[in-house]
Amino acid sequence: MVVAEKHVEVLPPRALALDIEQVSHQFSLHGAPLPVLDQVDLHVEAGEFVALLGPSGCGKSTLLRLVAGLDRPTQGRLLVDGREIGKPDPSRILVFQAPTLYPWRTVWQNVAVGLEARGLLPAENRRVDAALDLVGLRAFAKALPHQLSGGMSQRAALARALVNDPSLLLLDEPLGQLDSLTRITMQGELVRLWQRAGFTALMVTHDVEEALLMANRVIVFSPRPARTTASLTVDRPYPRHRDDPALQALRQEIFDLLGFAEA
Amino acid sequence: MSSLADAQVVRRPHVRATRSIGWGGILAGLLWLGAATLTALWPNADDWAYTDGLAAAEAMLGAGLLLSGGLGERLPRLSARTRGLAPWLGLLAAVFGAWELATAKLELLPRPFFAPPQAFIEVYLDDWPRLGDSVLHSLWLLTTGYLIGALGGFITGVAIGWSRVVGYWVHPVLRLVGPLPATAWLPLAFFVFPSSWSASTFLIALATGFPVTVLTWSGIAGVNSAYYDIARTLGANERFLVLKVAIPAALPHVFVGLFMGLGASFSVLVVAEMLGVKSGLGWYLQWAQGWAAYANMYAALLLMALMCSGLITLLFRVRDRALAWQKGLLRW
Repeated sequence: MVVAEKHVEVLPPRALALDIEQVSHQFSLHGAPLPVLDQVDLHVEAGEFVALLGPSGCGKSTLLRLVAGLDRPTQGRLLVDGREIGKPDPSRILVFQAPTLYPWRTVWQNVAVGLEARGLLPAENRRVDAALDLVGLRAFAKALPHQLSGGMSQRAALARALVNDPSLLLLDEPLGQLDSLTRITMQGELVRLWQRAGFTALMVTHDVEEALLMANRVIVFSPRPARTTASLTVDRPYPRHRDDPALQALRQEIFDLLGFAEA
Repeated sequence: MSSLADAQVVRRPHVRATRSIGWGGILAGLLWLGAATLTALWPNADDWAYTDGLAAAEAMLGAGLLLSGGLGERLPRLSARTRGLAPWLGLLAAVFGAWELATAKLELLPRPFFAPPQAFIEVYLDDWPRLGDSVLHSLWLLTTGYLIGALGGFITGVAIGWSRVVGYWVHPVLRLVGPLPATAWLPLAFFVFPSSWSASTFLIALATGFPVTVLTWSGIAGVNSAYYDIARTLGANERFLVLKVAIPAALPHVFVGLFMGLGASFSVLVVAEMLGVKSGLGWYLQWAQGWAAYANMYAALLLMALMCSGLITLLFRVRDRALAWQKGLLRW
């Protein structure tokens, strides 16, 4: 590789670029088709942190499931680094809104699930310890999920994703169920993790401030069936502050796009 | 967190253990000494063997309780145990005294249907070879049938819950045959199978298998679909999904099925032993009744209760180990 000062060269080679081309998707509800995504087009650069913002129930989570490979789109194509997404792959990991740890496994065993499923566990169990260190749960390695608080559970779920060294991390409102203090802490931690590990991040949220604090770019969705209505670049250094005037201006712009007249 | 609450719960008996004299134990001890005196000194209405033996055993228990109550400081662990048991032991002393009065001493209850406590001692000491043999035969038959039924039911349940094809073919059969009480097969089983033992094994397996199948199936069907999504995104194959996700998640249901199956297997065991098998506790009960040996019958009933209770306890222990991750487990 040619060493250059270009932004792309700094990234680890494993970050993935994502292309979503004319993707439409529909469910069937009581026999009638329910369109949830309408011709969504989106390009995400390798190493970018993109927030998907839109009203609740608009179909953002469905889009993440399609990227994860858990469902196939009704129409259109999804490509990572030019290859079409067929089935789930540990290079693209989805962190769900609820931590959903396996209650019969300890925290360590939960984090190890991905390595175990791929037969890598005996050789690479140090990665589990490292992932637990990363989210600050080393001391709770032997705890059972029901002994954890909500924030700790979500951090364990994050470690379970990160231990696989994903190239594309899909975050489905990962902080949605946390109290506001834990949430602020975790926003900072997630950004630091992304900066350190260098994966591409795609995060669904309905919190405008959260999107602006964390992402390089914010994609605004319309109500269901979702289509992209705007893409706003957030060109501010980290760590960001919520009273940054540039962020305030963007916030107002997004509220206008979402159809709220802010007082 | 829960550890704090646990610590408080654990501390409570400790505080109470500082009380030096266990009055409960002493009272229970006195009651047992009373029962012993009554047994030894009140003349029997008829000739009963082992009356003195019974009195001696009661006296020893009473003396032991008195000692543990009085020496609470010297033997803190023993006295803590007897303190918990003291009310029950006291009540039992009263029951034994009343029982002894109503049977051996006053013969208020019609003979030969009611036996005094010392008759149990007589049966256990004189007929232990036959009783022991019966227990072993019952246990062997029950264990074989139960394990076959539990394993078969578990595998069938997982297969129905996981595979649509298996579900299509097995579900109707299960619906038709499953609810039929296993004992309804008795006449058929006894002439289809080469021996009454194999027929009974089959019936016990059948009685165990149905609840285990249905509950395993419902457990597998009820697994949170997010558990599968997570495993799939992390690179799990079908085998991993079944063995490491579906089965552990369904295990609480499976154990409900195993408990129901164990209860059903007890009743089939007794019926099979009463009607066909020439050994075991069910057979012994029938045999004792035939000879109007009611004391033997009571003694066998007691043994059977201990055996069934022991097996249930064993299953609870297994469950406690397997489901240690669950909080708020019922303690047996």
